[in-house]
Amino acid sequence: MSLRSPLGRVLGLGSAREGTAHWWGQRVTAVALLPLTLWFLVSLLTLPGLDYETVRTWLSVPVTGFLAVLLVAVLTYHSYLGTMVIVEDYVTSSGMKVFTLLLLRFLYVLAGGAAIFAILRVAFGFSRL
Amino acid sequence: MPARIRPTSPHAMIYRWEIGNTLSIVHRLTGAALAVGLLALSYWFVCLAGGPETYASAARLFKSPVGLLLLLGWTFAFLYHLLNGVRHLFWDAGKGFERRERHASGWAVVVGAIALTVCVAAWVWPHLS
Repeated sequence: MSLRSPLGRVLGLGSAREGTAHWWGQRVTAVALLPLTLWFLVSLLTLPGLDYETVRTWLSVPVTGFLAVLLVAVLTYHSYLGTMVIVEDYVTSSGMKVFTLLLLRFLYVLAGGAAIFAILRVAFGFSRL
Repeated sequence: MPARIRPTSPHAMIYRWEIGNTLSIVHRLTGAALAVGLLALSYWFVCLAGGPETYASAARLFKSPVGLLLLLGWTFAFLYHLLNGVRHLFWDAGKGFERRERHASGWAVVVGAIALTVCVAAWVWPHLS
């Protein structure tokens, strides 16, 4: 038990200067996701079919591949920020919290990375190799 | 500083349920559901890059009764999260805080999300053969 007062302990430490980074990141990605997700949904719905050849051809168009990569990247980050808050709110023990947050981070990088790599493979025509 | 037992809020048992807090909870629930949906999306892209056989196996999963039900759920979750997200963005800009505005926008989100989900389902339904 420290004899220093709570005030004395924090004085001079300064703020981390990232108090609003999470909140702001969530909003910026939300705005970016409005057009990206709607584009993706409408594109899929208006394709002549969702069979392999149609989807592969569609994703091979440069603009489509580019937008799909952006979609997955922004979506992954936005989703990561959101689930992070859920974990912080409901996982109360600090060890379990750190573990879950780390697990989430690995899972998101894995899922997002795999999707982006897959899109690039299709976009660059390596999907059949 | 002596630890005092402070009143906690919202206290679930005595909290007066309203559309506002209900929609807020649903926003978080749909967000969590969409996080799982992101994994499914990633899986879909990876299977597409894998070639016609892996794509066909993924398509079979998504076209199964459980898969279609999940897709329907994710569609609603997405549309709800999108509409309610826009509502949140307006609040962040400092607009729409009046009681009547909050209620009207809340109900608009509920009705809009359900209506758009029905539209998407009606659009997709004829193609499911």
